[in-house]
Amino acid sequence: MIPTLDYAEAGFVCGLEVHQQLLTRTKLFCRCPAGLYTETHDGTVLRHMRPTLSELGEYDGTALMEFKTKKNIVYLLNVKNVCTYEMDDTPPFLVNQEAIDVAIEQCLMLGCDIVDEVQIARKQYLDGSIPTGFQRTAVVGVNGRIPFRGRTLSVTQVTVEEDSCREVRDRGHCIVWRADRLGMPLIETVTGPDLRTPDEVEEAILLIGRVCRSTGHVRTGLGASRQDVNVSVRGGRRVEIKGVPKAGWAPALVHGEAWRQVNLLKLRDELHRRGFADPGSIRVDSQDVTQLFAATEIPVLTAEGWGRWVEAERMRPGFELGKGPFRIRAARLAGLAGTLSWPTQPEHVFAHELAGRVRVIAGLDQPPVLLHSEAWPDTRGARSELKRLRGRLRCGPDDAVVVVWGPEEDTVTACEEIRLRYVDAVQGVPNETRQPFADGSTDFERILPGPDRMYPDTDSPPTRVARERVARLAGPLPERPWDREARYAAAGVPASTAHWLIRRGGAAVVDRLAAATGASVRDVAFLFGERLKGLRRKGVPVDAVPEPRWEELLHAFAARPVLKQAWEPLVRAVAAEPGSPVAGHLAARGLGEEPAAWRTGLAEALASAREKAYRKDDPALVARLALARLMPGLLGRVAADEVAAAVSAALAESTRREEVRA
Amino acid sequence: MNEMTDPLKGYKGKARAALTRFGVKVWSDVRVVNDAGSVFEGVILPRSESLDDLHVVLKLKNGYNVGLHVDRLEHVTEVGYKEARYKIPEKEFPARPSLPNVTLLGTGGTIASRLDYRTGAVIPAFTPGELYGAVPELADICNLTTKKIFGVFSENMAKENYLVLAKAIGEEIAAGADGIVIGHGTDTMGHTAAILSFMVQESPVPIVLVGSQRSSDRPSSDAALNLIHSVRTAAYADVAEVVICMFGPTSDRYGLLHRGTRCRKMHSSYRSTFRTIGDVPLAIVGRDSFQYLTDDYRRRDKVRVPLVDPVYDDRTTILYYYPGMKPDLVDALVEKGYRGIVIAGTGLGHVNKPLYPALERAVAAGVHVVMAVQTLWGFAQMYVYDTGRDLMELGIVPLDNMLPETALMKLSWVLGHTDDHAEVMRLMTTPISHEITPREPHNGYLVMQGGLPETDEWVRGHWK
Ligand SMILES: [Zn+2]
Repeated sequence: MIPTLDYAEAGFVCGLEVHQQLLTRTKLFCRCPAGLYTETHDGTVLRHMRPTLSELGEYDGTALMEFKTKKNIVYLLNVKNVCTYEMDDTPPFLVNQEAIDVAIEQCLMLGCDIVDEVQIARKQYLDGSIPTGFQRTAVVGVNGRIPFRGRTLSVTQVTVEEDSCREVRDRGHCIVWRADRLGMPLIETVTGPDLRTPDEVEEAILLIGRVCRSTGHVRTGLGASRQDVNVSVRGGRRVEIKGVPKAGWAPALVHGEAWRQVNLLKLRDELHRRGFADPGSIRVDSQDVTQLFAATEIPVLTAEGWGRWVEAERMRPGFELGKGPFRIRAARLAGLAGTLSWPTQPEHVFAHELAGRVRVIAGLDQPPVLLHSEAWPDTRGARSELKRLRGRLRCGPDDAVVVVWGPEEDTVTACEEIRLRYVDAVQGVPNETRQPFADGSTDFERILPGPDRMYPDTDSPPTRVARERVARLAGPLPERPWDREARYAAAGVPASTAHWLIRRGGAAVVDRLAAATGASVRDVAFLFGERLKGLRRKGVPVDAVPEPRWEELLHAFAARPVLKQAWEPLVRAVAAEPGSPVAGHLAARGLGEEPAAWRTGLAEALASAREKAYRKDDPALVARLALARLMPGLLGRVAADEVAAAVSAALAESTRREEVRA
Repeated sequence: MNEMTDPLKGYKGKARAALTRFGVKVWSDVRVVNDAGSVFEGVILPRSESLDDLHVVLKLKNGYNVGLHVDRLEHVTEVGYKEARYKIPEKEFPARPSLPNVTLLGTGGTIASRLDYRTGAVIPAFTPGELYGAVPELADICNLTTKKIFGVFSENMAKENYLVLAKAIGEEIAAGADGIVIGHGTDTMGHTAAILSFMVQESPVPIVLVGSQRSSDRPSSDAALNLIHSVRTAAYADVAEVVICMFGPTSDRYGLLHRGTRCRKMHSSYRSTFRTIGDVPLAIVGRDSFQYLTDDYRRRDKVRVPLVDPVYDDRTTILYYYPGMKPDLVDALVEKGYRGIVIAGTGLGHVNKPLYPALERAVAAGVHVVMAVQTLWGFAQMYVYDTGRDLMELGIVPLDNMLPETALMKLSWVLGHTDDHAEVMRLMTTPISHEITPREPHNGYLVMQGGLPETDEWVRGHWK
């Protein structure tokens, strides 16, 4: 059940960061091929990240968090798509100017002002997704605007940046990344916080996608575009739902996050009511309780259960596995009874918030990550263990209990993280990055980084963007999608077909072909947006057909409209042999030429139809059967209505003759 | 204008004029409107002096920097002033009497650091407190004293620096240090390690050179781990020699101890750039262990008195031979007063015949000419071919498997003692610190060829 929310009343605010890979031959800062993905590796590198001082002399909060997690970071390398630059063993080469051009083009499509000097910055990411520990990124455009639902969606800035690694596995203290995607150029389009409902979020993602794809200079396909969605409600804080793979996921995710923030604000008020007003008031006392559970029947709390998990997950000491022997640690949360089951996102409670932090920062990831007094296993033995545990911790009725287990050092980190999460709760909604799931829920990923993580890149000189360059790129820009959509709508193309064509880069082809052949935009859009789409789905390689073939085909249709009826066999033939001209296919099949004596076959067709018809006295049925017999040989040679007319006439004639005979 | 107090640091020409016109300066927090009506809010940063005078650099509130063309500025309004105060969190380095005392001598390499906006340079953190703030692990290893000897890029290290450094090492040893770490840029670390091997002999404690291939302003820097490895080496390793301690593989796995006379930087940017040439490294430095790879090294002995001998004649050079080299190059060196020439010869130690008369003239003029090999691996064996025999007859002395850079350092040191040809050559051919080794083990030469199935197979199974 999805709870409803009055978004305006909640003060819902949402903005987007849309990532779109650019279609360039090589990567952004090295000469490796872009877009060459591999699923195998021939080298591995192990690294660790350490926070550094920002240029203003501060440590970034996220950076410190990532350092606490003590992650072993493993990179899988393939010589085909990675060189020593990606591994941070060679400094960057000069920035790929092809990528800068495409980025400028995108900025212009989005109505941005292009900055005069592009300065490369380093944006720290200590999760290991980039081996340097930072992403090279630069603002190319600012102050853009696109029409949206009768108003304006503002584009705060557009940056060009290098893509990160693909995550392969994240277990305990070891995260594994594949480096093929690393360093591919992409742009990030940041919108203003202008979106007012979850549905608008989906629509805006799709709109920006259509803008990006209008130029044909961006990549398409799985992972080529991803978006981060920033959500907050009044009194809450910006939370980033990171890497939403599909626009369709957005409404549920965004709604769930708004709901979560509203609930976290209510929890804050409740905590204040209980006297937890400042961070120091949160008391979390923890102790080792391994012995207390020595004979437990709760499977996850047994050393054997842990051993099985370690084995099943192949957790190696020094890599996935944290330091110290298996221990169970319990934390008493003074005065916090009832808060663990406080609702957060739909079908989630506050204990999930704790589990998220513990999983990511302490590296304890054996489900369910933690046990707590408000959802304790309901067996007699377990109940009595909880009672003893509460006694050991000297719990009063107002106190709650959380239990974690795993390598000793991690259990200590976990209890500290639990305290820190409550400290955040006292203040309301923590700034964080959350990972999206298909069911519309999210989980903690990391603390949201601030501006302190930005450094100038001392390895890269700035790129001056002269106005002449901007003018050169602005000249041949394609039509903006909203203009094209209006034109298509006027020509009678359905909006869904228009959107699809723009998204898939087909609209430009449709317009070119319509202009070149005189065919109507509506007809060409129907061919590309519907008919070819169907054939592609059936596995016909229509994408391999070069544009001149389509042009010939459309010319042929215009010259001999009868050919349109044979569009499918004709397109199949052309797709099978895209190298030969359409005229050859027509000649080979005799298409477009009316067979001289086809009417002589009418009588035979009728006779056979009568024989087959189960109701011999139904003339319409007989006519249909006769037509079905004749048409395959005449498709694309004689118009179907002409054949039908001839059949009807012949049928009427023969009926009349029989009547006469009778 | 004093560079340090210039309120328009790095700005010149048109940009400087524009900033002056708008009455703003570096670190002004400003609101800028350009000719397209775009609004930029942020802090004006200093500009690198090597860049043009057409742009003003702004650090936006979200942390990005942009350059704005001065001709497009319509309004610039100062709303505040935010000077960046670089500060490395300084915590007092804890003193623990039970731990060894290590002295870190700084020459200018960066270990912990911060950024300088104006030049884009990295400013090193250096006091024990700063280092402790950046690499807290150090406090568990030793008591650390730091001394900044000078602040130069490693390519600027030369005679005077070597002399000062060697004396400083001697003083620290005399003062009772349990080990010495020298922070050094990596480019000429091999040269410094070699010269120190001659200037400070019979050391009772480890003398460890360390640096980083990725500056420590980067999260993936090798600096912290190199520092930890080198300080642990200085504090605990049983190797009382001049060594280089840098990454073994490019992965964060372990460091290697390379003998100062046998080590070379082999890649312009890789982390695992240092390699022992013609032998194996002395040890692997792990997180909490040393794995010695040979038995052939001088042990730590605090009672031993070091022989500090800082002399250096810099009228020496390496002549890197190439086909077709003209003899006038050699004549020019002699004419300019060079006293020693290390030829990095081809193959086993060869140069072409047209060079012979010039070399003969050089030797006759009293210049000391020695031969090393540009192949780096292998021995100069000039008795094998006629060419080599001819050269030896001219008075050119082969240095076996001494590395060319080591040979240059040693020749400079030797010439600081004597100009007597026989004595120079006697010293040059008598090994002091393994700069010449009697034999090359077969695992002393391993440059694995990538692409070969067996190599790739091995690489696949090991951390790079
Ligand atoms: Zn590359």
